[in-house]
Amino acid sequence: MLEFTPDQQMIREEAQRFLRGESSSEAIRRVVDTGASHDAALWNSISRELGWCAMAIPEEFGGLGLGATEVAILMELTGARLACVPFWSTVCLAAPLLQSAGSEEAKVKYLGAIAAGEMAATVAYADLSVADPAATVAVKAIRADGGYRLDGKVAQVIDLEVADVVLVPAELEDGTTALFALTRDAGQTVTPLKVLDATRSIAALELTLEVSAESRIDDAGVGAEQFQQALTLANLGLAAEQLGATQGALDVTLAYIAERVQFGRTIASFQAIKHRCAKLVVDVAETRSLVFGAAQGLGTSGAVESALEIAGARVLASDLQFRAAEEAIQLHGGVGFTWEYDPHLYFKRAQASAALLGAREAQLDRIAASVFGDGGLK
Amino acid sequence: MSELNAFRTEVREWMAGHLTGKFAALKYRGGSGEGDALPELRKEWERELAAGRWTCPGWPAEHGGRGLSVAEQVVFQEEYSRAGGPGRMGHIGEGLMGPTLIAFGTEEQKRRFLPGIRSGTEFWAQGYSEPSAGSDFGNIKTRAKLDPISGDWIVSGQKVWTSLAHLSDWIFVVARCEEGSVGRNGLIFLLMPLAQPGVDIHPIKQIGGGAEFNSVFFDNARAKADDVLGQPGDGWKIAMALLGFERGISTLGQQMSFQQELDLIVEIAKENGSDRSPAIRQRVAYAWTGLRAMRYLAMRVLSDDQSAETRREALTYKYQWSNWHRDLGRLAMDVLKMDANIVADDPRRERLQQMFLFARADTIYGGTNEIQLNIIAEQGLGMPREPRGKL
Repeated sequence: MLEFTPDQQMIREEAQRFLRGESSSEAIRRVVDTGASHDAALWNSISRELGWCAMAIPEEFGGLGLGATEVAILMELTGARLACVPFWSTVCLAAPLLQSAGSEEAKVKYLGAIAAGEMAATVAYADLSVADPAATVAVKAIRADGGYRLDGKVAQVIDLEVADVVLVPAELEDGTTALFALTRDAGQTVTPLKVLDATRSIAALELTLEVSAESRIDDAGVGAEQFQQALTLANLGLAAEQLGATQGALDVTLAYIAERVQFGRTIASFQAIKHRCAKLVVDVAETRSLVFGAAQGLGTSGAVESALEIAGARVLASDLQFRAAEEAIQLHGGVGFTWEYDPHLYFKRAQASAALLGAREAQLDRIAASVFGDGGLK
Repeated sequence: MSELNAFRTEVREWMAGHLTGKFAALKYRGGSGEGDALPELRKEWERELAAGRWTCPGWPAEHGGRGLSVAEQVVFQEEYSRAGGPGRMGHIGEGLMGPTLIAFGTEEQKRRFLPGIRSGTEFWAQGYSEPSAGSDFGNIKTRAKLDPISGDWIVSGQKVWTSLAHLSDWIFVVARCEEGSVGRNGLIFLLMPLAQPGVDIHPIKQIGGGAEFNSVFFDNARAKADDVLGQPGDGWKIAMALLGFERGISTLGQQMSFQQELDLIVEIAKENGSDRSPAIRQRVAYAWTGLRAMRYLAMRVLSDDQSAETRREALTYKYQWSNWHRDLGRLAMDVLKMDANIVADDPRRERLQQMFLFARADTIYGGTNEIQLNIIAEQGLGMPREPRGKL
């Protein structure tokens, strides 16, 4: 059977209580309206005081050694409040890659710092919009003077401005892929981009620099499997976040329609509106079940199966998040498309999140290849 | 976990050893849309199950069950379906009537009725819906009048959509026993033999040609004084409790047959080239995803989780599976292309055609889509209730 353990339930309730207070609509707007890269106070609490970044990092590197379910719980809740923090990039994008591809030394150093809440991290994948963002590499690495020369541009890197370290996959002369870790002062050019979804910052990264041999943190090249392993967690975290944002948009909407009176009754009493909200609950139930079912499976056996379920969860979550956001606007009526009310924040996040790590068609193709057992259409 | 695996092996081996010989003809038969198929052989199969103590395995041992845990019952349902076990003729007795008798029956009633259900010798039908009491179940018009001399109840009226009434021995009937009462008040829950004067059963031919439902007419038919479950006036309470007993354990077995249908669709697509269509592939992948999600939702509903989310989302299960299944029917036909329209002696195609047609009922019986959405909105989200009309 599928249910949270008492510990997981406790993590969930405490995180929910905390975020309700600290990641309010006002807090989001302080970031969105000032063009800040993130909510620094909130990030400080989450990473240093609450230790959320330590959750899934193995104990040997200073983490709590918990699993994918705990991370999914926190991703769901940060998603519900559109928390403006580099939590997904650090915990779901960078940490799993360090774990699957990093050398022992790199794990001690970087996973240790992430677990301690002292480091925000991200990954400069060449193209984060495709299902296999590691398939192409935008940066070239050439051995020079005992170190490496890195050259290349990555158009969009999530949370790059706030990241204390950016992991850069780079192609070596022999065609294999290496992984570099660049701290802020490594000499890279970071150009913040103006974004529609201002709750998550994006910047361009340009590299024309030389780094020491120590900056290279993989053991002996990074293979497709290591990337896939890391990306499975990135997808799970994103699906959970999308699920949360769906619930957030629905909650905002339910609160509004329960107050709004027309024709002498609350608009929540109209069956047309009840049914649309109920339909969202149907789809939330479906998506939540798949997200947490897959998360639980990831910790046990059948990881291949779980990865497919996570691909499916992304499809459901992307469809649903957008629908919940557009329903939020529609059911708010006129105020739904104002800056003052919150639906637009969910709407913009929905479009931006759906574009990450592969569109629904790519995810479905991947599942179909497995269901038909033919490796996909050629 | 290993105990559960051992139990799984036990069920698997039993099914392999018994669903053979003459019973092999029953494999994958009698499912939704053809609940009336091969009735005599399927009744015999019920007795075969009973001999192996596989009828009513979830009932407490004192009533002749095995007292299986929820997890074990799920395993049984899964293995039963995996083996191609036929649709259960005894389902209403085992899953609905039995647990209700155990909860509300007198010792005498339990002694009289439970053994027939358990042994696969007495079959039950459910007398709930009426022509004017479908979604509005409280609008029951069938009347029960007390015969002051015998103490028996004299029943007149009509029930409809009564599954397998023409193949059953007994029917439980919710009727109005208080003159002038309305809605959920004044109802009585009666146990009635179907073979008696004054009971007339008319099968209803369905969209797919089969007839598993019936209209059942009562014209001064009789329920014995001893065959009232609970007290007169308790009808609504017992009727609702009965619906609550299922708890969805059989749904994981149902999902196993959904999986078989999906596998069949994939198999046919690979044979006839539909698997080369990107759109078909995506729909198959989407169906696969939905089925996975449904499985985890069922596992949440069956767990001990009492959180607000899970209680609310449990309300969506009926909507979830019925709409998924309806879409699967359309997908099956699109995969079959023009062959979908041709009736031929091909068991695979026949199964999908029946599924395509009968799945239209999935979103109607047991609470229509529209009623399900009302329930989710009102009970799950606390939104205002629909007003009652005055007609």
